[in-house]
Amino acid sequence: MESSDKTTRKVIPIVPSQEGAHDASEDGAWGELYAAHQKIYPRSVQGIFAKWRWGFVFLTQIIFYCLPWLEWGQRQAVLFDLGARRFYIFGIVLYPQDFIYLTGLLVISAFSLFLFTAIAGRLWCGYACPQTVYSEIFMWIERKVEGDRTARIRLDSQDMSLEKLVKKWYKHFLWIGFSIWTGFTFVGYFTPIRELGMEFFLGRMSSWEVFWVFFYGFATYGNAGFMREQVCKYMCPYARFQSAMFDKDTLIVTYDAERGEPRGSRSKKADLTTLNLGSCVDCSLCVQVCPTGIDIRKGLQYECIGCGACADVCDTVMDKVGYPRGLVKYSTEHAMKNHWTSAQTLRHIFRPRVLIYTGILVLVTSLLFGSLLTRKSFKVDVVRDRASLARIVSGGNIENVYRLQIMNAAEKRQHFKVNATGMYDLKVMTDSEDLIVESTQSRWVSVRLQVPYDSAAPGTYPVHFTIEASDDDQTAQGKLDEKSVFLIPR
Amino acid sequence: MSDFTSNFWSVYVAGIALVGIVACLLLLYFSGKAKAMTANDNTTGHVWDGDLREMNNPLPRWWVGLFLITIVFALGYLALYPGLGNSAGKLGWSSTGQYEAEVAKANKELEPLYAKFAGMPPEDVAKDPQAMAIGDRLFMNNCAQCHGSDARGSKGFPNLTDTDWLHGGSHDKIKETLVKGRMGNMPPMAAAVGSAEDVRNLSHYVLSLSNSPHDALRASLGKSKFVSCAACHGQDGKGNQTIGAPNLTDDIWLHGWGENAIIAMVNNGKVNQMPAQEGKLTDAQLHVLASYVWGLSNKPAAK
Repeated sequence: MESSDKTTRKVIPIVPSQEGAHDASEDGAWGELYAAHQKIYPRSVQGIFAKWRWGFVFLTQIIFYCLPWLEWGQRQAVLFDLGARRFYIFGIVLYPQDFIYLTGLLVISAFSLFLFTAIAGRLWCGYACPQTVYSEIFMWIERKVEGDRTARIRLDSQDMSLEKLVKKWYKHFLWIGFSIWTGFTFVGYFTPIRELGMEFFLGRMSSWEVFWVFFYGFATYGNAGFMREQVCKYMCPYARFQSAMFDKDTLIVTYDAERGEPRGSRSKKADLTTLNLGSCVDCSLCVQVCPTGIDIRKGLQYECIGCGACADVCDTVMDKVGYPRGLVKYSTEHAMKNHWTSAQTLRHIFRPRVLIYTGILVLVTSLLFGSLLTRKSFKVDVVRDRASLARIVSGGNIENVYRLQIMNAAEKRQHFKVNATGMYDLKVMTDSEDLIVESTQSRWVSVRLQVPYDSAAPGTYPVHFTIEASDDDQTAQGKLDEKSVFLIPR
Repeated sequence: MSDFTSNFWSVYVAGIALVGIVACLLLLYFSGKAKAMTANDNTTGHVWDGDLREMNNPLPRWWVGLFLITIVFALGYLALYPGLGNSAGKLGWSSTGQYEAEVAKANKELEPLYAKFAGMPPEDVAKDPQAMAIGDRLFMNNCAQCHGSDARGSKGFPNLTDTDWLHGGSHDKIKETLVKGRMGNMPPMAAAVGSAEDVRNLSHYVLSLSNSPHDALRASLGKSKFVSCAACHGQDGKGNQTIGAPNLTDDIWLHGWGENAIIAMVNNGKVNQMPAQEGKLTDAQLHVLASYVWGLSNKPAAK
């Protein structure tokens, strides 16, 4: 593409990271394959994108920390009971057999990611990913205890002192407390959180509960406190394959090199035309606020999580020096190259890639919700008996045996009637006319089908089971059809 | 390891595992030493498709630590567990041993549960829903293969839900059947009965005992031939539970229904076996299982 481009306009250079390059000489350098980790001290930032991020921090975390405390009738509203293999989500009771809904949810999540990424890059990474959200919370705690960037750098370079010891201990105390609360909340989705709370304070948690509270807590503490951007840079697979969703119309955090260069500091009163300087005052704040420690002025880099912190801080600087905002902003490669207005840029959102992602997303979402809304209050599996092929019973009937697993997915007792059709003079025998399955329980019931001897030639015949459900008040709760086969042996 | 006659393969496999680990260590060492030639912009100078340049983005050094942990883990694992050739490992772990330990643990946990039922009379055990749920699972795992998941049996495998018993339907007798197994033996009787026509007549007489469809003339001709059968099945054909001779007067045909099936039994006889469950199941389990089977044909008044 570059070669066919005859314009003389400046193109944002894509310059790779300088990390690991040593002994730069004119010919090149010998770069090591491993590099020491450089600790990053991001400066705090205020602005529209920071507000959005904090909005998502509150939204996601209020849901995460509060959801398990909600009650629904006599039970926890959202509870994944792995032991009993029942999954409660408000009014819905799911069985392991409903796994397809999880598949649907994951497909929706994947296509939402694809869609957002195609439109505006790593929005998920920059605003809603737990790694970002918890890092943001941990950095907020760190800032409250140790101060902002310069104070933290100073503190870390100091020798150990009482002040340093107190600050560090206090910070880790808060981090660990928050982490344990996080781990506790996580476990609260799998074991009733109110009982867990009692057990926690009485020291009576089971060993697995203790393990998961502390393991999840430790992961939070380690990832949000220490690993931070390294998770995104070296571990996260999404960070790597997201580039497949990018194109030249994807909104990314962009430095307007044409406007900014040549960069340089200047006095406030200086005249730009005579100085031969661009808008960039080279204050390096964009580098200081970056949570991954890159310089956005080098162009799009794989480390960039699209959080917009540099755009926020640059806007405040531009306001201060009296230049128009937007030296660093969300824009697309095409928009920068062709000097599009925002309206023109936005129009390019509607391109095949985005429309296809949207189409699939709408389709899968409506399928999932349609299926959830029309869901029956029970499920049935028909299993032909594995031991006996067929048998002759007194009266000269040929009998096949079936085991029906009736799963009551409602939180009330249900009564079931089993019927079957598909063969001449087919008789259905159950142990009881009224098969009762208690609330959210499942039960195996054996059902015998009989046909008169010699009423059909030896072979396999399809039969259809019809299972009707009703509740204690004899209100019909729906009907299911299941297929099976009837065997007549030679 | 009896498959191998010499120690060669054990040493060979152990050698490959250890050489592999050492090779990983060496790779790690040399990759730490090696440097990539990069231009000033940190690219290696390799270019594809005109503009795709290879960069050197170094991993953080602590990553090497993770590799070292896996190597330490591998060595520790090989020392503790069987993995290095035919070495049994310091812990002496084996899959059989783990299985047996788990079974022993489960049995120990279940002991108090079974102990509760062991002291109860079978009538009460059969009424206990928990015991019946246990019995149902035991039945599904140990009995349903032959007797069917609904316990109604099949050709050659008795129905356990009716009141017809080959060896007796009391709880004690059922338990005896479970513990020791049973061997049913119907000898070939064709020679004792007489000609093929005699056998056919006899089969109609047997059918007539239960009032099944039969030829009355043949039945009357066959009646005298029943003498050969009476030794086991009794004069009246009602069978004998002490030797497991079935009752021929009910309309229950374990080995097939109708004239031809009866002729085949008389001509060929049959040996039918119920395998002993002693040793497979504990005494407490057998008590619950026998109560469950007893309960199948002694249902309390329908709920």
